[in-house]
Amino acid sequence: MSGENLPNIEMVSNQACLLTFSRVISEATSNYIAQVTQYLVKLEGIVDLVPSYTTLLVVFDDDHYDRFAIFKTIRQTIEAIDPNDFSVKDQREVVIPVYYGKEVGPDIEDVAKHCHLSISEIIQRHSETTYRAYAIGFTPGFAFLGNTPDELHVPRKTTPRLKVPIGSVALAENQTAVYPSVTPGGWQIIGRTPVNLIDWGSENLALIAMGDSVRFEPISRDEFLVQGGQLDGF
Amino acid sequence: MAFKVIKPGLLALVQDLGRHGHQSIGLTTGGPMDEVAFRWGNALLDNKDNSPQVEITFGMLTLEAQADTSIAITGADLGATLNDRSITPWQTYAIKKGDILAFHQPVWGLRAYLAVKGGFLCDPILGSVATVVREKVGGLTGKGDKLKKGDILVYQACSDHEKRSVPRLAIPNYGNREIPVILGYQYQSFSSLERANFFSSDYTVSSNSDRMGYRLEGQEIHSTLKGIISEGIAYGAIQVPKDGQPIVLLQDRQTIGGYPKIGCVTRIGGSILAQQKPGDIIQFTPITVDQAEQERHLQMARLAQWR
Repeated sequence: MSGENLPNIEMVSNQACLLTFSRVISEATSNYIAQVTQYLVKLEGIVDLVPSYTTLLVVFDDDHYDRFAIFKTIRQTIEAIDPNDFSVKDQREVVIPVYYGKEVGPDIEDVAKHCHLSISEIIQRHSETTYRAYAIGFTPGFAFLGNTPDELHVPRKTTPRLKVPIGSVALAENQTAVYPSVTPGGWQIIGRTPVNLIDWGSENLALIAMGDSVRFEPISRDEFLVQGGQLDGF
Repeated sequence: MAFKVIKPGLLALVQDLGRHGHQSIGLTTGGPMDEVAFRWGNALLDNKDNSPQVEITFGMLTLEAQADTSIAITGADLGATLNDRSITPWQTYAIKKGDILAFHQPVWGLRAYLAVKGGFLCDPILGSVATVVREKVGGLTGKGDKLKKGDILVYQACSDHEKRSVPRLAIPNYGNREIPVILGYQYQSFSSLERANFFSSDYTVSSNSDRMGYRLEGQEIHSTLKGIISEGIAYGAIQVPKDGQPIVLLQDRQTIGGYPKIGCVTRIGGSILAQQKPGDIIQFTPITVDQAEQERHLQMARLAQWR
């Protein structure tokens, strides 16, 4: 990634500034943001970092930095990053087992119809693609994974569900995601994972971090149940 | 050694200054809606800045003291009584075993803070006790529960009491409803007419306002941006969705979002805003980052000097 431009830095408030890396979403930009985040997190007086598709929000302690000091610190930190380091960044791959049964993926038939594919083709396309976690948000641990293959693009549901069960695997437009907790949601649900995406007791807290590679692996109903999967919730 | 909750009230939450450093996984910060009042509460008792307090929204809370201590009440005047005698906020009170402390209903402002000498003792989750109901994290149970009848708010018993009160000039005026706004990086996407409308109109606090955000009703404003790529949302960000009605995002805000933002309310302005009730009317007034920095430093210096 050497030769990346310095991001544009703008003040948001007296305690936050926004770094904009690009106007378009790309893997290269996402790598760069993940990298810069790793460097900035080590600095004193940085309170919080919110990386997203093309931007990074930096929340800082205003006793530590004024607007000039934070600009300077961010610029110097980014300039000091070894450009070669970008390419060697070891990308984590997270594999998520999914049971694609209709009882836990009530929208899979509608999705198949909409995409003019069979259910087994939907499963195959969804699980043969490697996705990137472009952003985490909406609820803790909810990773926006992109991009799904063109033939899997589906609109959100017209009426969102009031309760989407934990572990639901879903599609919307060119993205896919897993619901880490029970929340309302308008994405099309095609299956469920028995794996926990968020665990306050674990070291990483969230299974997927921004910048990770993510793959889905189809499992049978029996394997799903053996791994602790629950069938209820709808 | 505790307060026992006799009546839980509408919404009483254990809070500290918030759970920071986890927004990258989508976990919001929580923390006191009126940070100015919260900081004064701990200062009055010589507590650490971050000592846990109870944020009482609206009132209807009754507590029974099981041991002697010293408390401070700051923020809104919720018609509090100590053994049926009226007490006013922004000062300390001695508490004896068996005392009944009650918060009735708003007289001035919306949220009161109850601080106790040494802070309420509560196990932190990810370094903080801040309660975020939506995310089921923090508070007495660790699971984001608001206070309920029979809950025990533990403190270290203490028989020393010092009568102290916040200097009158340092007490925020919740009747001053001019909320300062730092002009944002997407400010340019609002035409000069839209900006003029925004800063010259009255906005009414909607009944859909909560700890996540204050929704406002009034003059619509529109950005030339249709939407933006989802990005991190700072405390106080004023998001303008398609209906043109601004939303000020506060302590329990979502971490990322894709609506254009006209600007950002400061912590001091947000503290005043959070004391407004549905139906109250506010106005926005533009300030620079420089002014916001000065205002904040003045605030922190006043607290430090007084301690």
